[in-house]
Amino acid sequence: MVDNTQAQAAPTAAPAQTGQTNTAPEFTPRHTTVPREVGEAVFDVETVSVAYGGAPALKEVSMRIPKGEITALIGPSGCGKSTMLRCLNRMNDLIDGASVSGRITYHGEDIYAEDVDPAEVRRRIGMVFQKPNPFAMSIYDNVAFGPKLHGMKSNLDDRVEKALRGAALWDEVKDKLNDQGHALSGGQQQRLCIARAIALEPDVILMDEPASALDPISTLAIEDLMRKLRGQYSIVIVTHNMQQAARISDRTAFFTVDMEQGVRVGELVEYDLTETVFTNASDQRTESYITGRFG
Amino acid sequence: MATDTGQRPASAPSSLRSSGPSRYADPLFRAIAFTAGASVLVILGLMIGTTTRDALPVFEYQGLVSFFTSDEWRAGFSRTEFTGEYGAFSFIYGTVVTSLLAVAVALPLAIAVSLYINRLAPKRLKRPLAYTVELLAAIPSVVYGLWGLLFFAPTFIRPVMELLNRTLEPVPILGRLFAGPVFTTSYFTAGMVLAVMILPIITAITREVMAQVPRDQVDAAYGMGATDFEVMTKVIIRTSFPGIVGATMLGLGRALGETIAVAMLVGGSQRWGLSLFFGGDSMAGHIANTFQDAAPETVLALIAVGVGLFVITVIVNVLARLLVWRIGRVAGDAALRRRP
Repeated sequence: MVDNTQAQAAPTAAPAQTGQTNTAPEFTPRHTTVPREVGEAVFDVETVSVAYGGAPALKEVSMRIPKGEITALIGPSGCGKSTMLRCLNRMNDLIDGASVSGRITYHGEDIYAEDVDPAEVRRRIGMVFQKPNPFAMSIYDNVAFGPKLHGMKSNLDDRVEKALRGAALWDEVKDKLNDQGHALSGGQQQRLCIARAIALEPDVILMDEPASALDPISTLAIEDLMRKLRGQYSIVIVTHNMQQAARISDRTAFFTVDMEQGVRVGELVEYDLTETVFTNASDQRTESYITGRFG
Repeated sequence: MATDTGQRPASAPSSLRSSGPSRYADPLFRAIAFTAGASVLVILGLMIGTTTRDALPVFEYQGLVSFFTSDEWRAGFSRTEFTGEYGAFSFIYGTVVTSLLAVAVALPLAIAVSLYINRLAPKRLKRPLAYTVELLAAIPSVVYGLWGLLFFAPTFIRPVMELLNRTLEPVPILGRLFAGPVFTTSYFTAGMVLAVMILPIITAITREVMAQVPRDQVDAAYGMGATDFEVMTKVIIRTSFPGIVGATMLGLGRALGETIAVAMLVGGSQRWGLSLFFGGDSMAGHIANTFQDAAPETVLALIAVGVGLFVITVIVNVLARLLVWRIGRVAGDAALRRRP
């Protein structure tokens, strides 16, 4: 475990003997407390269900995702948290047989409306993937890829520098911008991917378990970066790591898997301020998961 | 073991020795495999040795440089000495021009077909389509020759040639490639049919390397708002570029050596012309067309042409390897290079 103070209370580290009462990971808020009510929402998710090839995967999720904050989606494997994330920038469109029902608005605009161009949606809503996936090109070209794609060619050097600075990578790579992106370490590659995303000046960054393939030190660097990006960007992060959610997010949505007529369907159980979810969960299932009784 | 008393079973030592016929199996198999491997080298060595032995007197008689650069080819009829003129340039030109033409036409087609199969085709169409393209490779080349001669050339290629001739001949310099008169059997005709013949080879490999492009690279591009077209050009083609180069070279190798279809379609004259619409001959085509009636001295000359063709294909293959290796190494080097 990374963080010593929390590792002691981590459910995975605690001796999980039956009968013993587990405790939730210690919660220490990192930000100024945000109001419980979502003020300005960047996404409004209304009764969204997702099915793959007719088999339901996610059932009737509704949530308002606030602007400028970090929202964490947590839950056991197969609970649909990644599916939810991929609905927000229409990445699910790329999967054969995926169908999304319900309504998702982005700043009030329905992103699944017929005349909406998914490429335009994805340009505004950046994404960082589980495994660092820089292109097989130079560091510079990786960051410049998006701006070039969308004709933002003026001051390209400045854009690249700004994005790399924004991703806290500039000092490490400024002397080797022509080196291959793959030559960087895993954590640097992931920050390169974040730089690549913010080079397009999105206002939302979606992160799909961005630190799960990284070592503890790199993970902390990514978390520090997320704190830095908070405010300027709205961040939605899927994570397996509950401590991570507790450390960095303002709000947490807990998803779980439900058996419905023999099919495993993901559903949103609880969505609240992270502090509330981790210390005073209103649903029994949330508390069980957070204290490590399942998942 | 818990029950080990320190006593060995009596049969232990003998059971460790191999017994029966199986003890000869490995050495025997080793010998067979060695023979098979060695025979490949022996056959290649014999082929190079005997053809070169026959070709050497021709090179001596004609002069090596003259053999490759002179376009004067006049078959002699002697049994005992060299009397003819054996400059093979016309055929070399024919071989190179038809093959390059074939690659120029087949490569863009192969890339388009591969992209369609990999990225755009409906799922249930992908396999049948890939299979159909590969089936093109199973058609015997003499069938291609006949089909080209009787159908493809008069109904399709001829009108295209006339159109190109009309529109491009007035263009300075470039126009010389499209100068008339237009012959139905010509470099162009042979090149077009060759293009169809090498399409399956190039497509098969291109399709394969495109399928290997990691999904996360594709997702990354889509995630930044790339369109299908941008993903294909900037990620798929770019990433599979070394493989496409290799596929092209393989197709080129096949085109250079293709004999019977070219012999039927290329024109069959012993002259050459700069224009693609000229009816000339290729190296392999000329061997096939004249071998039957050739006098002994000309047979040797034709063998020399064969050796020349072999040398050219070897050079192309080596270049291909170097190119693929070089491209791969540039990417690999860059990936490994780190600042101290």
